[in-house]
Amino acid sequence: MKEESGNIGKSLEAAALIKVVKRQLEDVMDPELPFLSVSDMGILRDVIFENGHTICIITPTYSGCPATDVITKEVLAAARVMDPKSEVRIAMSPAWTTDWISDKAREKMTKNGIAPPEGLSHDRAFLTGDDRIIPCPICKSRDTNLVSPFGSTACKASFSCNKCLEPFEHFKCI
Amino acid sequence: MNKSQHKQALLRLGDDALILGQRLGEWCGHAPALEEDIALTNIALDLIGQTQSYLSLAGSLHEDDTQTDDQLAFHRIERDFQNLLLVEQPNGDFGDTIVRQFLFDYYALFRAEHIASQVFDIDAAAIAAKAIKEIRYHADHSSKWVIRLGDGTDESHSRVQKSLNKLWKFTGEMFTVDEIDIVGAASGLLPDLDSIKTKWDSAINAVLKDATLKRPEDGWMQKGGRSGIHTESFGFLLAEMQSLPRAYPDATW
Repeated sequence: MKEESGNIGKSLEAAALIKVVKRQLEDVMDPELPFLSVSDMGILRDVIFENGHTICIITPTYSGCPATDVITKEVLAAARVMDPKSEVRIAMSPAWTTDWISDKAREKMTKNGIAPPEGLSHDRAFLTGDDRIIPCPICKSRDTNLVSPFGSTACKASFSCNKCLEPFEHFKCI
Repeated sequence: MNKSQHKQALLRLGDDALILGQRLGEWCGHAPALEEDIALTNIALDLIGQTQSYLSLAGSLHEDDTQTDDQLAFHRIERDFQNLLLVEQPNGDFGDTIVRQFLFDYYALFRAEHIASQVFDIDAAAIAAKAIKEIRYHADHSSKWVIRLGDGTDESHSRVQKSLNKLWKFTGEMFTVDEIDIVGAASGLLPDLDSIKTKWDSAINAVLKDATLKRPEDGWMQKGGRSGIHTESFGFLLAEMQSLPRAYPDATW
């Protein structure tokens, strides 16, 4: 009996620790999109409790994204404020997809001049289709054109608006 | 497939991506237009990322102790690299670079689709599943350029046809089966290269048709990369790529 109540005590402690670590991680921002948290981006997948400490599970966006190292360090630093023994685990599977980006995050992207991914990643037309329509995040016109399928970071393509003539970036749908 | 063969299979995946990534990186600041400079280096970045994942996994299968991706990329000698000869070919002009990319992209795509679906090595499957999304985008980009150049002006058409004719002799190596391919396919990790060839042929032919380019005859094919016998320019590539970590052995990626 004594051992059982000890376990319940431990699991309560674990649940509480997970909660405070998660809250702490809400302030960790994506270094390339500093107005979005790693949680909004779907990069921070979960916080779990194993062997007496928390583990923050991260899924990188692109294989070569240089932000991954920074994100790993910042998540670890933030988590360790609440749990000094916290660790980061990189989960490659399932692969990160823009489908995990929250609606709130998509709104923030638009506000910051980046056209968010349109549609779902399983429909390839949204990534490479010639007919895809990416509305301008500034004037909302649907009359825009692809300048280059690549952009300033691995996750973006370059567009320009035919109405307000502003160039803008589009977060690719992968 | 034993541990050493498993490691070699992963090294090949990493080496193909590493060497092509290094070549594309040479375009940084030199591409014909700013957008294309950004495109080529973005593709290089994806490839180097895939390299880090595959080489780290290969290094974890080393016999004595774990080798890091840095050790494998920067402290191996020429004969230890097993990349395809195609990916080490010099950048040449923009047409050469695009044709090299186009020929490799579809091979890499169909190979990654197989690796993502196998269960012999689930870590490799996870890396491939992520890489597929990137490679598909690269293939779309290189195909559109092949079409644009092939079906463009007389000048662009004749030059990109010349690039295709020049690089064609390096395509045979992609589908040449050796011991690693046989045991790799038997374990499930590596694809059956005949089935990859069928898919590759149909993808390549479709684009070449749109590009109004003539598919070269399958004549004599150069091979050797998979057994560590490289072309002349490879030593120069390694010398540049490895000079910093060899001068400062503690340097990491």
